[in-house]
Amino acid sequence: MTRMSLWEYANPVRFMALSGRVLPVAAVLAAGLMAVGLVWGFFFTPDDFRQGSTVKIIYLHVPSAMMAINIWVMMLVTSLIWLIRRHHVSALAAKAAAPVGAVMTVVALMTGAIWGQPMWGTWWAWDPRLTSFLILFLFYLGYMALWAAVDNPDTAADLTAVLCLVGSVFAVLSRYAAVFWNQGLHQGATLSLDREQNIATVFWLPLVTCIAGFVALFVVLVLVGTRTEIRARRLRVLEARERGQ
Amino acid sequence: MIALFRRDLVLAVRAGGGFGLGLAFFLIVAVLVPFGVGPEGGTLARIAPGILWVGALLACLLSLDRVFALDWEDGTLDLLAVSPLPMEGVALVKAAAHWVVTGLPLVVAAPVLGVLLQLPGAGYGWLVLSLALGTPALSMIGTFGAALVVGVKRGGLLLSLLVLPMYIPTLVFGSEVVRRGAEGQPVGVALAVLAGGTLGSVALLPFAAAAALRVNLR
Repeated sequence: MTRMSLWEYANPVRFMALSGRVLPVAAVLAAGLMAVGLVWGFFFTPDDFRQGSTVKIIYLHVPSAMMAINIWVMMLVTSLIWLIRRHHVSALAAKAAAPVGAVMTVVALMTGAIWGQPMWGTWWAWDPRLTSFLILFLFYLGYMALWAAVDNPDTAADLTAVLCLVGSVFAVLSRYAAVFWNQGLHQGATLSLDREQNIATVFWLPLVTCIAGFVALFVVLVLVGTRTEIRARRLRVLEARERGQ
Repeated sequence: MIALFRRDLVLAVRAGGGFGLGLAFFLIVAVLVPFGVGPEGGTLARIAPGILWVGALLACLLSLDRVFALDWEDGTLDLLAVSPLPMEGVALVKAAAHWVVTGLPLVVAAPVLGVLLQLPGAGYGWLVLSLALGTPALSMIGTFGAALVVGVKRGGLLLSLLVLPMYIPTLVFGSEVVRRGAEGQPVGVALAVLAGGTLGSVALLPFAAAAALRVNLR
């Protein structure tokens, strides 16, 4: 047997077989982790000293915000793989990830607004983080619109991949432009790897559970989206063959 | 390259529309805003840098779908693809022609409109300088966007959606230069980042635009 490598799964048949096995596990994991994390966070953690019970929206806000950014990074990687190695599964995964990322961005913005109203006294402020997320949302919209607008699937995959690459550079630039432009209301990062302690352990554990649940949910949604797309393509090929005969 | 550049300029000027459209739009924005916000000098002077930059950006956006559309329809783009000039060069020339037709008139007209908006005296030099430095980036980014959607019928709205988020850094730093200049604050950082953004765009985006054009012509 030859050495196994990741590129094996660029073959749609192998990808379908593997993802078919992973999907139920990931689905159960996502449902379980999110149920545990959210119930734990909402009902079994104490209220914050100053923010009261509003702080509990953090269990939706932080994971969705993290996913919104990381999904774009994932799309960047898959777009690069598509441009360099021409694996269709990669392009389709990027396509499937975009709507999930856009929804995550909206969830982060909306939970942020709901949190901001009692805390800052406003639904919206032109704060660097908020602004960057709005711009990120525009990038997601443009990316999806371009996929939808171009008829030929390979052309669409190429164009959106180029857009994703260029967009990434501008997304980072916008982030720094927004920081330069306005000092914000938003607090600093809730979690970061280079700090001794982030937030108190009572909040930290359910939060990490929720984040893991969001990641699993994302995996499930992308796999379902990619599998649907592969099946749709097979169907189109079969139909074309039918007509040809 | 020079021949293509001259051809684009001549077409833009003679065919009407393209040359005057952006400028007319810019003029309309600058004239209408005082009617909208009221004639108080303080308010106008405070928002003038932003209005002028937003106006310039929108005027630039207005003419973007013309960058490649006509050449795509009549097959010129296919001929350019097989010509010895690389696609990167074509994209760069197209962006340059777009800038000369749209961006340059804005730079020239901006001080006059600054008077209408009661821009403080210290701001004029920075206004012209920031527009001169920033509008090439707008043209280049727009050319990339136009290259992406050249094959799409009625791509105008899509083009705006794609290009808009990429315009934001240029807009932020451009209007910041003017605002700080008008208030007598140091402008160095914003000016440097604005120029850096333009140089980076002009250096790198022709490659992205050429890649998109090649995909669309395949």
